[in-house]
Amino acid sequence: MITKKQYIIENLLKKPNNDFSKDEYIHKIKRKNVDKPVIFIGTGTCGLGAGAGKTYIAVKEYITKNKIEADIIKTGCIGLCSSEPILDIQLPNYNRISFEKATKDKVKQILNSIFFNKIPDNNFVLCQFENNNSEKIKWENVPNINEIPFFKPQQRIVLKNCGIVDPVSIEEYIASGGYTGYLEMIRTKNNSEVCEIVEQSGLRGRGGGGFLTGKKWKFALGTPAKQKYLICNADEGDPGAFMDRAVIEGDPHRLIEGMAIAAFAIGATKSYVYIRAEYPLAIKRLDIAIADAKNYGLIGKNIYNSNINFEIKVKTGAGAFVCGEETALINSIEGKRGMPRPRPPFPAVSGLFGKPTIINNVETLSNLPFIIKEGEEIFSKIGTKKSKGTKVFALSGKIEKTGLVEIPMGTTVREVIFDIAGGIPNNKKFKAVQIGGPSGGCITEVNLEIPIEYESLIEVGAMMGSGGLVVMDEDNCMVDVAKFFMNFIQRESCGKCIPCREGTRRMLEILEDITHKPLHNNQHEALRRFKGVTQLEKLGKIIKETSLCGLGQTAPNPVLSTIKWFRNEYEEHVFERKCSANVCTELRVFSIDVNKCTGCTICAKKCPTNAILGSRRKPHFIINDNCIACGTCEEVCKFDAIIIK
Amino acid sequence: MRVQRLTIQNKDKEKKASGIDIELINPLLVRYKKKKGNLIPLLQGAQEIYGYIPEIVFRKIAKDTGHKLSAMYGVATFYAQFRFEPVGKHIVKVCQGTACHVQNAKSITTALEETLKIKEGNTSKDKLFTLESVACLGCCSLAPVMMIGDKTHGKLSGKSASKIIRQIKRTEKKKIS
Repeated sequence: MITKKQYIIENLLKKPNNDFSKDEYIHKIKRKNVDKPVIFIGTGTCGLGAGAGKTYIAVKEYITKNKIEADIIKTGCIGLCSSEPILDIQLPNYNRISFEKATKDKVKQILNSIFFNKIPDNNFVLCQFENNNSEKIKWENVPNINEIPFFKPQQRIVLKNCGIVDPVSIEEYIASGGYTGYLEMIRTKNNSEVCEIVEQSGLRGRGGGGFLTGKKWKFALGTPAKQKYLICNADEGDPGAFMDRAVIEGDPHRLIEGMAIAAFAIGATKSYVYIRAEYPLAIKRLDIAIADAKNYGLIGKNIYNSNINFEIKVKTGAGAFVCGEETALINSIEGKRGMPRPRPPFPAVSGLFGKPTIINNVETLSNLPFIIKEGEEIFSKIGTKKSKGTKVFALSGKIEKTGLVEIPMGTTVREVIFDIAGGIPNNKKFKAVQIGGPSGGCITEVNLEIPIEYESLIEVGAMMGSGGLVVMDEDNCMVDVAKFFMNFIQRESCGKCIPCREGTRRMLEILEDITHKPLHNNQHEALRRFKGVTQLEKLGKIIKETSLCGLGQTAPNPVLSTIKWFRNEYEEHVFERKCSANVCTELRVFSIDVNKCTGCTICAKKCPTNAILGSRRKPHFIINDNCIACGTCEEVCKFDAIIIK
Repeated sequence: MRVQRLTIQNKDKEKKASGIDIELINPLLVRYKKKKGNLIPLLQGAQEIYGYIPEIVFRKIAKDTGHKLSAMYGVATFYAQFRFEPVGKHIVKVCQGTACHVQNAKSITTALEETLKIKEGNTSKDKLFTLESVACLGCCSLAPVMMIGDKTHGKLSGKSASKIIRQIKRTEKKKIS
């Protein structure tokens, strides 16, 4: 009897132009139909955080107790993180059905009814996966996955397999068409043809810059060298972006195939994946996937008799945001401090160990298997004139449905936030969406109709960045958000060039100045603070123009963009000394309601600055000049006598 | 800023080095000795073995690999991951990313500071917990988030975060008794 591995290698990988759409054995691996129940549990980091680990144990206990023969498969994240843990069940001859928020206490109820071919009578049902296979029975009154508002507008290329397949099974990836495009390519095409295909497809770097990938490759291909390197940048440091983690956790083979394609195109035989240490699960799954790919002969020496060698090494980052910058990343792999180098020479000419090096982001690389398999024309039909293909966005913050969405370029911001993600929870008002992390900016109500593409975002002072969308409602203070980013950048600045090192620090100080409570609030102080805001704009401009690397050049963006759109909030902080969102706690003004105060003296005792005076059994009062607005009095008062304005 | 000024080392701290098995690092040294860019994996490996990088181990790496001590110190202090002080058994990383920040992650840190009776960056007296802040754990959809060991806990409030800590404390106590 031949093993799965032998079958796949002999019938799929070794035969060129093989059509296996009718191959029964492959259908079995793809689970077109199953002969025993299969239970899928979404166990990405987000799923595990929501309790998928306990759900897994509960499911296992249930099937052993009831002596049911079933497979349990751990998948990655399908993208709808707010509904995790997600539990899917595929019964023989039935469509796969998906349940949301399946915590351990719901497992029994769901499985009890589903094994009797009934849908549990409650609202855990999310959707069903309709298959073109008409022999299968549909679940009644259950929407198809494509009918749900969250999934309907999406077009999934990078996330195609995430949450659907077993991420650590190379067989499933190959059965769904993986690696065959790559092998076909190395049999029939040469390096420059592949570069040309990718350039023609219009694929642009998804890590932020948006440079044409194929064009960048050509620089490296055109530089003669004995050794060239490919680096996959998985140092996803942008707070608010987590698509790289989800792709590696949910479909690591797509990344490996993408890397193999890129390495072939530029003529590199060695490659690195530089991944954050904060992603232990992603590292684990990537290691397994690389070992499997080696086992199948897809990585290594003389891949399928093509004379092509390719190897991948995983390097764990050591916790520095600046290492997401190309040249800093190279320094880090070389074992030095992660400080950027001046360019030129560009890494494509002289990079890692002085050799031509191409650095691509996880999402960019994960688009390649599709482009190579389906052709550049199909890819370039998706998206807008200048921005082709799709983009994955990480939705988080004050929004109904958080998670990952992959949409064609050109979709408007409003569609993403209100149609796909269901808008703002608790009937609050939308204020802004922060796009692009610490290098990006804000998009406000007036700009919600702009299409998402590289150029249009820059026009409104934002930037695609890596694709984190953090939604903010009326309870968020924009000055505080700007301060948060400035604090982050100031801490992460490597310290090499002065504009970034000193400039970001000064910017942070000015922002702290306007959000802190001054002891003496006279007109002179207000003038100084106002001058600070005008200085912010000037400083920001200088930092942008004179910094060495991308981190510094984009560092002032969050501040400049919030000043541009929310100048009134800055003015409110400066002149009226107030924060209407009540976030900048130090600007609160405390007073005591004389009718409610019983004179218990507890507030006076607890006040850290002795700002509360009064005698026993008589109403107390607060000396505002001494008050630091810590809020302790409000916490300890039993009579609700403290008024905050 | 990532570049740090040198502080004068406390003499007492150097004495603490006793009780460290310096031999444990040898297999790593053999494996990485002649490789390019070996410094960071070596430091990471040392930290995995000892929980932090003890000074004698640091000096041994310098001696065996030929790296300059000053260059090594420069690298080790540049990256947030490396520690020169022993840490607690469980490292509690509270995410302070954008999504967590807008969902009030600060209150989680404050609550944990109270429960553990330590300040951020320090280790509790019973040597069980070290409280740290981290830029982003990539679980923004579950904000606010913290990570204990390799386990991520999401959708926290000050109360639920403290509860998780107390639970770990109880299981640790049981283990001892």
